[in-house]
Amino acid sequence: MAIRKFLSTAALAGTVAFAGLPAQAATLDDVKAAGELKCGINTGLPGFAETDDSGNWRGFDVAYCRALAAAVLGDPDKVKYVSLTGKNRFPALQSGEVDILSRNTTWTFSRDVDLGFTFIGVSYYDGQGFIGRKALGVDSATGLDGASICIQTGTTTELNLADFFRVNGISYEPVPIETNSEARAAYEAERCDVYTTDASGLAATRTTFDDPDMHMVFPEIISKEPLGPLVRQGDDQWADIARWTLNALIIAEELGITKMNAKSMAGGSDNPEVNRLLGSEGELGAMLGLDGMWAVRAIEAEGNYAEIFDRYLGTSTKLGLARGLNALYKDGGILYAPPFR
Amino acid sequence: MSDTAFHRRQAEMLPSRPAPAGQTGAVGWMRANLFSSPFNILLTLISLFLLWSIIPPAFDWAFFDAEFVGTSRDDCVGGAGACWAWIDQRIDQFVYGFYPAESRWRVNLAVLLLIPALAWVLIEKAPGARYGRWFALFYPVIATLLLVGGLGLEEVTTDKFGGFMLNLVAGLAGIVLSLPIGILLALGRRSKLPVVRVVSVTFIEVIRGVPLITLLFVAIVILNLFLPQNVSLDQLARVMIMVTLFASAYIAEVIRGGLQAIPAGQYEAAQAMGLGYWKMMRLIILPQALKISIPGIVNTFIGLFKDTTLVIIIGLFDILGQARLLQTNPEWIGEVDHETYVLASVFFFVICFSMSRYSIGLEKRLDTSGR
Repeated sequence: MAIRKFLSTAALAGTVAFAGLPAQAATLDDVKAAGELKCGINTGLPGFAETDDSGNWRGFDVAYCRALAAAVLGDPDKVKYVSLTGKNRFPALQSGEVDILSRNTTWTFSRDVDLGFTFIGVSYYDGQGFIGRKALGVDSATGLDGASICIQTGTTTELNLADFFRVNGISYEPVPIETNSEARAAYEAERCDVYTTDASGLAATRTTFDDPDMHMVFPEIISKEPLGPLVRQGDDQWADIARWTLNALIIAEELGITKMNAKSMAGGSDNPEVNRLLGSEGELGAMLGLDGMWAVRAIEAEGNYAEIFDRYLGTSTKLGLARGLNALYKDGGILYAPPFR
Repeated sequence: MSDTAFHRRQAEMLPSRPAPAGQTGAVGWMRANLFSSPFNILLTLISLFLLWSIIPPAFDWAFFDAEFVGTSRDDCVGGAGACWAWIDQRIDQFVYGFYPAESRWRVNLAVLLLIPALAWVLIEKAPGARYGRWFALFYPVIATLLLVGGLGLEEVTTDKFGGFMLNLVAGLAGIVLSLPIGILLALGRRSKLPVVRVVSVTFIEVIRGVPLITLLFVAIVILNLFLPQNVSLDQLARVMIMVTLFASAYIAEVIRGGLQAIPAGQYEAAQAMGLGYWKMMRLIILPQALKISIPGIVNTFIGLFKDTTLVIIIGLFDILGQARLLQTNPEWIGEVDHETYVLASVFFFVICFSMSRYSIGLEKRLDTSGR
């Protein structure tokens, strides 16, 4: 009897403890009180999160953290970067160790619904592709019957690959490898015919080969990988701030607001949407719980979406990625931010 | 007739002649060790061939064909040798991690102070050892203060720790803390008090029965879900606690081996002299048991020190983490895969080899077998 009572008390205590977890409100207040934004990033992914020679984080995902910190705290440098692996990124966000996860995370149903997170948008549309030797004489991934494929284990890449080959009714021989750089090395050492990973990584990988012209990236993209930042479910104000900071960067490109001219355009312009965004008209900032200049600071941190993309991923960088799907809807892509109204 | 007539008279000993030329010096050593039998000759030739085919290319790769200057991978592409051009720009990160550049003197000072502290503890006849040992006792406090900040020094959070400094901090803390815990556990396991014994045995067996990486995941991932929101235990502290507990379980078993080698007569003699349990252990049993256990203890320490590279799984960038970070940097990708690991292994080898040499020296010094 006593034991049963103890057990039920323990169970109740456990329930209360877990129920208490996701329902923390006012992340904004916590961030302001701490004076820094705890931003979860990758442990190292070319173009998205990397370190420069003096040890500062930089990259596409990092730039978003900086923009958000600028919007909320007024200073893009007030970010505490927490490097998270694929395994511990979700527990870290769940437990409040980070305020936001900006770590090339694919938006999927179960992550959004089941894990209790809110994806605040898509910052990069990626997909899984293949790179192979031209000497194979194959120009499409559907012709890869019987090929050996180098693949990173424990990722969605592995599952996508299985799906793709099952749907197309062709066979393959997987060569499972732990890390991306080992997979690249294995491919170069001809341990496999084809190497598959996210398309954003393939182009960069190709440039590192001794003779890039011997290799080709196949046209097929076999999966949808919409990557974006995410926050804990249950704090809608914080999710709104994060979502509209991302939207502000995208719409800034559309409206021609750049790092350089954001401040001067904030003085007022002929375009009412610019004025609403930059705070010279309306009260959009106050509705978010921020001041009127929040978007100006966010844009000034690293520039608008195009500037960020070009600096870290674009054709002028070593990665040399084209905008592709990540161009604005006007330019043939699918980036489309809702109106600031 | 005296029997001396049967002896040749010789007033002096014949001068000793040198050994035949073929048995001394380099030639003699080679004949004895390298060419003593056909089989030995064969082995020697094979070894020579292997050395000849490995060492010159290795040197070519590492030095003669290597690229030492440059600003990105473009300066290394196509070279036959190693690419060391990154060292110039990145060595600070390999050593200090993200530790703020203006505060790195604090790390340097902590390491500099470590040298006398270690010397006073480890070298028996070091001058000033009497006061020096007090300094060594307080060294952990001083070092923590220097590294983390406080008393006027700017605070540096532990997530800024990185590079080889992180390996040193985590490894040293683990080594210093796990030895006393391990000794207590070993004594506890042989204790006649049932509670103490059961607790010690349970602890040792549970910790030893679980892989270290699992313990780290528990500390990093699962602990978070149980701790209240506003309580956050420092990530590095969690790792250090887990590594220390893990190592102390192993140390306990190593020392238990030493304790079992002490004959019962030693215990009985100590008790006959009226020594209590702690005095008996401190004066009679442990000095002998620890001496026997030195190789095992140092073995565990070296393993512990290398285990500190597992901090990568919690997103801290020790020297291996920095290596991987550089390998994925677009500026260097594809050109530094081997070089960064070579650099990291050099750092580790220096420390681990020193530990090993010191333990050999210690064994010789404490050797009382009269050989």
